[in-house]
Formats: sequence, structure tokens, C-alpha cells
Amino acid sequence: MNDTSHPVVRSGILLGLIALLGTALLAGVNALTHDRILEQEKLRTMQQLNSVVAVGSYNNDLLTDKMEFSDEAYFRHPGPVTVYRARMDDKPVAALMIVTAPDGYNGDIRILIAIDVSGTVLGVRVISHRETPGLGDPIEIERSDWILSFNDKSLLNPRDEGWAVKRDGGDFDQFTGATITPRAVVKAVHNTLIYFKANNKVLFETASILAENNDR
Amino acid sequence: MTGSQLKQILADGAWRQNTGLVVLLGLCPLLAVTNTLINGLALGLATMLTLMVSNLSVSLLRGLLKPEIRIPAFVLIIASVVTVIELLMNAYFYDLFRALGIFIPLIVTNCAIIGRAEAFASRQSPLPSLIDGFATGLGFCITLVLLGALRELTGRGTLLAGADMLLGDGGQYLTLTIIPEHPGFLLAMLPPGAFFGLALLIAGRNAWQARSTSRSITTLVPDTNES
Repeated sequence: MNDTSHPVVRSGILLGLIALLGTALLAGVNALTHDRILEQEKLRTMQQLNSVVAVGSYNNDLLTDKMEFSDEAYFRHPGPVTVYRARMDDKPVAALMIVTAPDGYNGDIRILIAIDVSGTVLGVRVISHRETPGLGDPIEIERSDWILSFNDKSLLNPRDEGWAVKRDGGDFDQFTGATITPRAVVKAVHNTLIYFKANNKVLFETASILAENNDR
Repeated sequence: MTGSQLKQILADGAWRQNTGLVVLLGLCPLLAVTNTLINGLALGLATMLTLMVSNLSVSLLRGLLKPEIRIPAFVLIIASVVTVIELLMNAYFYDLFRALGIFIPLIVTNCAIIGRAEAFASRQSPLPSLIDGFATGLGFCITLVLLGALRELTGRGTLLAGADMLLGDGGQYLTLTIIPEHPGFLLAMLPPGAFFGLALLIAGRNAWQARSTSRSITTLVPDTNES
């Protein structure tokens, strides 16, 4: 008896062929689009970084001058903090830190904070969040100017008590119907400034992580 | 294929058997992404493309596919097609890809696609299958666009926000602010708004259908009286 004539075997082979064909197609398309997708992701990261640090103020390659560390006890989040270092002729200009505020209304809020060497905030942007649309999302630059209220702030301006939303006696506005979201962002920016002040030497002097990690 | 067959397929797919409003398949993406017109349009187009390619492939292979492996074969074909579309969108419409997020890969789970493969493409020749995919996709896409427009207008007072994600730079000038200083109507933007919006669309379609049916009856009656 010829095994390949058995209907189950024939169906199996056919299914295998279809799977093979599908895999070949995907491999082909993946090979065609892989570089472009990486390029797009890099472009997007650069756009985000350049929105908080002036393009002419540094002359190194931000994407490769990058380090990661994690400090769960301090940031109350297990994930890594990513730091891009902006330098002008090898002299530190600013640190662009991506930190996570763990206490948003709907969980994590990822924030990009640019701090210049003197400890002044150059700019803050929210990278991702799951806050309630319409209530918590004015933290996005696309929806309101609120996030710009961090520009030029530092640990001395305002002083400690000022680093809170107005309802808590601080300097920063809350939103109609949403206090938890802005409170989480203000707290994360403040914490990051304190961390930066204590560790800024380490942040700028730690060697960049390996080049292959920059693809992610 | 005759003209009347073609008309029949188009009318069935886009209106009589409209996936979103009559058959009620694929509601998960339909409800989830339609908070703006552009998001709805983008997912609608991606779904339409998937339907056409999957219908065509299934129809071409229909002679080979034994009943026992039909469903796994459909799933393989549809998953491959969707992944190709996902990769292409990621490469060429990056912002849109990010806006639609998980709902691009989830096109695989839209039962309308496997439904058309099973009910139509596995029994028909390639050309009618392709047209059926187009018509069904068109019906679904129109539903998504209408629901997206309804929710965007009531929720934000704009239309075509984010058109630059689909059309590139310059697209942002297409955004129409219909209601200036709109305070934002949260309910329309959140998931419940999608259910209300879809219910209104279904009710509207049913009312239209009922009216055109009763009208064709009333036009029939005088005819018989005259004769």
C-alpha cells in the first residue's frame, strides 16, 4: 500500500505546503521591510528626543550614547530607566531620561524628561499612557499645553512644596475631573530631578550599552 | 460572470449582508478603533484588502482543500495575509500602525473573513470571490467610517483628525473643525459610545430598509388598481 495516497497523509502534506508557502511569503516580506521598520522606529525616537532638547545644542549621536539602569526601590517601578546623553564636543549638555510613573489612574505612564547639566528641566513629554481619554489625556502635548509647564523648572524653582498639583498645595495645575494623572506625572518629574542631582556624574560617565541593543 | 451576478454580489456584500450592520460579525475591531474617522477608514481598508486576498487565495486552492483541512488552511492563509499587511503598515504607515496597535494583527480573528472564505470563496471561482471580498470589505469599511465619523463629531467636534497618518504631510490640513470650541463629549469617545453609535446605525439602516420595502408595496398597489 502506498502511504502517500492515504487521504490523511495527503491532507497533511497539503497543509504543510500551505504553511511552508505562508512562511516563505512572510520571510520575504519581513526581509523587505525589516530595515525600513527599524529606520522608522529610530526616526520616531529621534523626533521625540529632539522635541525636548534643541537640535543645535549637542553634536553627538543620541541613539548610540545611551545607557539603562533600574532602581526599583527609588522609582517604584521594576522596569529600566533609559538615559540618552546629549553632549557638545564630549562635554555633557543634557540627560534625556525615560522614566515610568507607576501611579497613574490606569497604571504606568512613560515619560521622557530632558534635564540639562545644571539640573533644569528642558522639556517633558509623555511617551505612553493608558489614562482615561478626555480626562487624563491632557498630559499629551497634542491635547494641551500642560506638559510645557515643566519647562525651566528645577529643584529650586519651585521649592519642594511646590512640586505638587494645586489641590495638594503645589504649583502645577490639575485637570477638571482628573487629579491622579497630573499628580503622578509631577511626582515622577520631581523624583527624577532629585535622582539626577545625586547621580548626574554617574549618568554621564557610565559607558554606553552595546551597540546591538540600540536596535530595539 | 454576468452583470446581474456582479450586481448581486456587490449589493449583498455592501448592503444586504453588511458585516457590521446586518450580520454583526467582526464587532470587536469595529467597536474598538472607531473613535475617529481616519482610524475607522484605515482598519476598514486593511480589512478589505485582507478579505480580497484571502478570498482569492481560498478560491484558487478550493479544488485541493478537503473538508477536514479546510478550516486550518483558511486560518493559515488569513494569518499570513494579515501579517504581511501588518509588516507593510509598520514600514510605510508607521503612525497609523501605532494608532491602530493591536487591532491590525487582530484582523485575523475577524470572523467575517473566515466566514466569507467558507461561505463564498470555497465554492466560487476566483473572480466572483475577489469581488465578494471587495464588496464585503467595502460594506465593513463604510460602517467603520460612518461610526468613526459619528463618534469623532460628537466626541471632539472634528472630522478627519489625524489624516496625515494616512496621507502623509499635508494631511493635517484636511481636518475639519465642525464644532469649534467643542468641550469634548467623553461618552462618545469611550467604548459605550461605540455601542450607542452602532445601535443608531443599525436602527437607521433598519428604518431605511422598512421604508423602502413599504414604499415598493405602496407603489405596487396603485399599479394593480389601475390595471
